[in-house]
Amino acid sequence: ASCIQHRLVVRDASSLQILQLYTCLDQIQHIEWSSDSLFILCAMYKRGVVQVWSLEQPDWHCKIDEGSAGLVASCWSPDGRHILNTTEFHLRITVWSLCTKSVSYIKYPKACQQGVAFTKDGRYMAVAERRDCKDFISIFVCSNWQLLRHFDTETQDLFGIEWAPNGCVLAAWDTCLEYKVLLYSLDGRLLSSYCAYEWPLGVKSIAWSPSSQFLAIGSFDEKVRILNHVTWKKITELDHPATITSKKTIVYKEVEKSPTVDTERLSFPPTRALASSLFSTQSKYDISQVPVSLQYIKPVADRANPKVGVGMLAFSADNCFLATKNDNIPNAVWIWDIRRLKLSVVLEQLCTIQNFQWDPCQPRLAVCTGSSRVYLWSPAGCIVVQVPGEGDFQITSLSWHSSGDSMLLLSKDHFCVCYLEREEV
Amino acid sequence: MGDWKTITVPVLSSDSRNILAYTSERQRSPTSMNSQVLRLSLPSSKNMYNFFSAFCTEDNIEQSISYIDRELTTLGFPSIYAESKGKELNLIAIINCMNELLSLQHKNLRAQEEVEMQHLKLGSDMDHLQNCYAKLKEQLELSKREIVGLQERDRQLQSKNRNLHQLLKNEKDEVQKLQNIISSRATQYNHDMKRKEREYNKLKERLHQLVMNKKDKKLAMEVLNYVGRADGKRGAWRTDKTEARNEEEMYKVLLSDYEQRQKQLLMENAELKKVLQQMKKDIISLLPPQKQKPKEKSEDGLVLSDQEEDIGELNKDNMWELSCETVREQLTNSIRKQWRMLKNHVEKLDNQVSRGHSGALNEKDVISREDHELETEKLELEIQQCKEMIKTQQQLLQQQLTCDDDTTLLLQDCYLLEERERLQEEWRLFREQKKNFEKERKSFTEAAIRLGLERKAFEEDRGAWLKHQFLSMTADCKSENVTTPSAFLRSNLTDGACLSLLGSDPDIRLLKSASRQRKLPSVFSRTVSPETCHISQYITQNSVASEKPAADKMPNLWVESDDKEETE
Repeated sequence: ASCIQHRLVVRDASSLQILQLYTCLDQIQHIEWSSDSLFILCAMYKRGVVQVWSLEQPDWHCKIDEGSAGLVASCWSPDGRHILNTTEFHLRITVWSLCTKSVSYIKYPKACQQGVAFTKDGRYMAVAERRDCKDFISIFVCSNWQLLRHFDTETQDLFGIEWAPNGCVLAAWDTCLEYKVLLYSLDGRLLSSYCAYEWPLGVKSIAWSPSSQFLAIGSFDEKVRILNHVTWKKITELDHPATITSKKTIVYKEVEKSPTVDTERLSFPPTRALASSLFSTQSKYDISQVPVSLQYIKPVADRANPKVGVGMLAFSADNCFLATKNDNIPNAVWIWDIRRLKLSVVLEQLCTIQNFQWDPCQPRLAVCTGSSRVYLWSPAGCIVVQVPGEGDFQITSLSWHSSGDSMLLLSKDHFCVCYLEREEV
Repeated sequence: MGDWKTITVPVLSSDSRNILAYTSERQRSPTSMNSQVLRLSLPSSKNMYNFFSAFCTEDNIEQSISYIDRELTTLGFPSIYAESKGKELNLIAIINCMNELLSLQHKNLRAQEEVEMQHLKLGSDMDHLQNCYAKLKEQLELSKREIVGLQERDRQLQSKNRNLHQLLKNEKDEVQKLQNIISSRATQYNHDMKRKEREYNKLKERLHQLVMNKKDKKLAMEVLNYVGRADGKRGAWRTDKTEARNEEEMYKVLLSDYEQRQKQLLMENAELKKVLQQMKKDIISLLPPQKQKPKEKSEDGLVLSDQEEDIGELNKDNMWELSCETVREQLTNSIRKQWRMLKNHVEKLDNQVSRGHSGALNEKDVISREDHELETEKLELEIQQCKEMIKTQQQLLQQQLTCDDDTTLLLQDCYLLEERERLQEEWRLFREQKKNFEKERKSFTEAAIRLGLERKAFEEDRGAWLKHQFLSMTADCKSENVTTPSAFLRSNLTDGACLSLLGSDPDIRLLKSASRQRKLPSVFSRTVSPETCHISQYITQNSVASEKPAADKMPNLWVESDDKEETE
């Protein structure tokens, strides 16, 4: 599904054929599929209206108007039948039910990056709240929206919460002014708290491993610390230095290939294809010899939220690799082997890395840097894939299909689907 | 002194004149000898002459002689006067005195020279020493200056050091101050933040009230129709029961997670314990059972027996109590003991080796050396025995080789005869088999010929029958089935031909073709591929059921097949 202005277009994933076309009242800011893929919600924040469309019955419609309360965020509940709307100024979260047309309110939600977290199996929901200058976490049962637990956290200013994939542990971390990661069990007990250092800027990003065995914490001091789920103590620190000296890491460097043009074939006026091929630069990967020094950017000291530290963390689906990006070295993706807790590969690109995502089935990483090429890495090697087409297609983000066979590449105002062929055994 | 020298030189040059000069010199004034000497400092020969004549002139000869006599006697020389006679001169005495005086003069000159040499030497030494002294003085000055300079530097560095220490202290103090400032500012900011947050909360509350009070008339949510729940269940009322159930479910989830984790940990533990036990067994096997002192023996024995008991116990225990504290401790302790023993043993071996290298005498070494010697003796004996054996064998061989010609020939003949008889037997067998084969071949060929004849007959009959059939039917019998069975037949026959060609042995080939000619329907079933079997069945069915095959084509086919088979 994709939205253009106030229109919602639904296409088939394998053929990109348009299946449905819906028109909404206003410009759509956010669309989301329900978990059973039967409904799509379109949120228009300016109007404060959410419209829901059904795929089975195109005539069915639903409109939720928040009125003067305003709308800041909207999302589905895991059962696909409730919509959670966050009103303006985070006054409250309203839970609208599509089954019973009933409304529930959650008061005092916290205005932070990740204030609402659902467990992977969709049973429980954790909401971060703040009353009287103190942070609390409430755990709700998603089936009947009953409050299960309500407890306070020892944080200064809770920044985010995330469930472990096994649904039994909730990680909560503090604002970047203070390094504190708290781990709560499902019934609200504090299992452990972790603090690496006191004064410098703290946690920037957090990721759970898919087996819930490890919790990776990326911080502003350019290091990733990994905690284990048995003792909740740090098992290792992964550093991101600007020079790589270890002989066991492979460094792939993106190198530009000068385009080969047949001078005989040049025609005047030049055809579009020829023009695009002349101006688009091809690139390929080269293996650089260790020691390699990467491009290091010193951050501006007097700005808030500096581009320092480990900003992106992602575990692979088979729990074997961890991909990180150090914002000080914005052109490189670091891939760590979790079984050996060592750096195994570094991908050095020509431009800043915008986004990377692991394949949900295999240990394959797709990286996009804002150029018209998508980069794929797997333990077998890495390749550069050029998006064919006229003009520049600057990929700003990408998203894998849940089967791992195709990938969605998004640019500012276009998107394309990249299909990956399965190797025949 | 130099003056005397100058005087003496002209004296030495001419004797007679000198004497005169000398005497004349004496005559002048003996008391004023010095002044005269002084005056005589730069004389020429002529002057010298005059000078010398100044002392003794013709007037005062006697006075001068007596004076000279007096001087000489005072000097220890004999008098120049002759004995008892007053005024006669003893010439010999004079000459002797003169000689003595000359020799004295020589000596004095030599002494003077030496002294002057020494004087010169000393003078040069003095100069040298003065130079050295001057140089050393300069060096001393320089070094003094250097020392002063270094001292200055040292002072400067020390002062720098002090400054740096001071700076460090200052920096540390600053850092401390800044930290304090930071913490105080942090608390201040927190306080301010909290104040602002409270204000913000108040505003939010107000806003909330206003929003709620507005009471829009229009429905907040419009739905065309209600949607069923994803799991099909109906919504439930919020009651205590549901709350309790929620709690239950939550605890179930947690418990299942913990149980899973515990299982994993148990498995890990079991594996690790197995590994430890294996290690223990290996270590025990590695440790040597002998060569221990009696004390150690008993200890080891006890320990070993303990360990064996332990092993037995643990093996039993593992079945029952997997996580018993005592069992775990026992296991780890026993492994630690074993490891220590192994370490000690390895250390001992190392020591032995090192001692063996150095060659120090020790009881053990002595014993081992003796053992070595014994062993070497044994080995030598063995070697000798073996050598003797080899010699005897060689002799025997030679005897064999060089024995009488007759015996050798006989022996050879014997061997040959045996072989010959064997070969003859084999020949006989071979001939018999050959005969048998030929007989069989003959029979087969006869059978084949018979088969061929029968086949021909059968085909002729068939052809006639088919002709009859075709003629009996009307012209609408050209069905498509005609072509296909024929095609199949052709392919089948070709398949059969291929198969028969593949058969290498001519007899088998003949057999096949013979059998085929004998029974046509069954032949098809004998082919290897099941498809052809099917096809054959179809064909037979077809040929039986349809009764429409083109008679013209069929006999041709059969003829072809005949041809094919004949060409085989």
